[in-house]
Amino acid sequence: MAPVDGAMIHDITGPLAIQKFYEMGGERVFDPERIIMLFDHQIPADSLAAACNHVYMRKFAAEQDILNYDINAGVCHQVTMEKGRAAPGEIVVGADSHTCMYGAAGAFATGIGSTDMGFVLKFGALYFKVPETIRAMVSGRFPWRVGPKDLILSIARDIGADGATYQAIEFCGETLGSMTMAGRMTCCNMAIEMGAKAGIVAPDEVTWEYMRGRRAMEPFTLASDPDAPYAGSRSYDVSDLEPQVAVPHNVDTGVPVSRVAGTHIDQVFIGSCTNGRFEDIEEAVGVLGTEKFSPDVRVIIIPASREEYLRALTAGYIETLVRAGGLVEAPCCGPCMGGAFGLLAPGEVSLSTSNRNFRGRQGSTESEVYLCSPATAAASAITGVITDPREVP
Amino acid sequence: MTDTRGVAESRLDPDSGADARPMRVWKFGDDIDTDAIIPGRFLTLNNPDELAKHAFEGTRDEFAGRVQEGDMIVAGKNFGCGSSREHAPLALIGAGIRVVVAETFARIFFRNAINVGLLPVVCPEADAIADGAEVTLRLSEGYLEAGGKRFPIKPVPAFMQRIIDAGGLVPYARDITEVPLCTK
Repeated sequence: MAPVDGAMIHDITGPLAIQKFYEMGGERVFDPERIIMLFDHQIPADSLAAACNHVYMRKFAAEQDILNYDINAGVCHQVTMEKGRAAPGEIVVGADSHTCMYGAAGAFATGIGSTDMGFVLKFGALYFKVPETIRAMVSGRFPWRVGPKDLILSIARDIGADGATYQAIEFCGETLGSMTMAGRMTCCNMAIEMGAKAGIVAPDEVTWEYMRGRRAMEPFTLASDPDAPYAGSRSYDVSDLEPQVAVPHNVDTGVPVSRVAGTHIDQVFIGSCTNGRFEDIEEAVGVLGTEKFSPDVRVIIIPASREEYLRALTAGYIETLVRAGGLVEAPCCGPCMGGAFGLLAPGEVSLSTSNRNFRGRQGSTESEVYLCSPATAAASAITGVITDPREVP
Repeated sequence: MTDTRGVAESRLDPDSGADARPMRVWKFGDDIDTDAIIPGRFLTLNNPDELAKHAFEGTRDEFAGRVQEGDMIVAGKNFGCGSSREHAPLALIGAGIRVVVAETFARIFFRNAINVGLLPVVCPEADAIADGAEVTLRLSEGYLEAGGKRFPIKPVPAFMQRIIDAGGLVPYARDITEVPLCTK
């Protein structure tokens, strides 16, 4: 077993975790300062049951002196990152599969279930199998309006939905070196979509710049040994990469946007822990320009956190999106988890910047979800059909 | 609030009846995700019996109404991929499923299943077992038996076997006062 440096619980998996903590004989959590709690999946409470779960968790946080951001901060993974709760070299667990996103901070971070989390709350440790690592070497400069989401969708297609099961994926190479933290988060976030236990980027100047002000730490070097054995090594060149779209109903189905261009869509969702950051909203607004969204499409934009929301607001992007016909919602998971709002009726089609297009994920099992970048989402929201963002002026 | 009463702690015990008694198979394909096992809109439920009413809702609607205590799920590759929701193995337990057989499992589901007392069995030849078949699990001998044929199963890692032997992670945790830590 290994000690954990941080643990995150949210409103969906948290109640069960707390219950398991008590069933295990837990009385006080191992260290309240290493635990972060927040609500993001069903906020503001969308049902009586959700409201009761929130009350149960609030009470636990108060009794245990755990910092609870409640419904006020945003999507769990974005908040954990921006509050500096995941740092280079740390082991961080979260009761959510996309916890692997914190690998962007150079942490070993992995998603766990509620019983595992109950154990962590009590003991501050968990059993792990040390994973083998797949190295994904990325070179080249992204073409215009092609970015990290297109890269990770193409990597997911290459590795497959279970191609990295019980392994870690280390993203490296010159393209990663020049990528923003937002882009690295997008890549690491989707490591789970290949079955991976973790995604990770070795910390560099970009990482330490991000950590500054979020966490009092002196920068140090953390990298794979030059002779480290890898379970596999794959190379990608993004120089000629086209915008990618994952088609229903699996994530490892990415195709160049040209293959699905013209597909009718009913809803566009720009947001989630995968692509709800300021940079993603900026990318969408850049494609939108002075255009309006198609009146035939419901365009839902959800900043991933209050901090990202305020940055977009200050930059004027929120007003642009609202005037173009978009619905800007307060930071939360939104349609991504198919629970709170923005559900799809049978036969409807969504184009989404989120991470999963499983059958029924965003509503009816007879609806369809396509996944793409914020640029492709914005271009398509203008025309009302799936559109190559490079064809929008 | 949440209520998981009824989740027995000894369901992984080979002597509990899961072993050696024929189980009727519900056959599934590859990449069965946890959204399919229990859709997101039911995640405010935490009771296995309540969750079981919605198991595979929309993807295999007849399951919840017709599944019987002691039935078995047999699936292809990557069973339980996607969301970490423990509601998925709990829904199967509530439905009376004790054993899930698959060619491979997604990592989080595999852990969750062992932790809550649902036995995940890795069987590389699972695809050869048909829907509705009667399968006998011979855990200690290391194979499944169906239609007179034997299908080898893989042993679980030693540490996870200790959790299985304890009856799940909750009873395991109750029995220890401190954890055996590796140094970082």
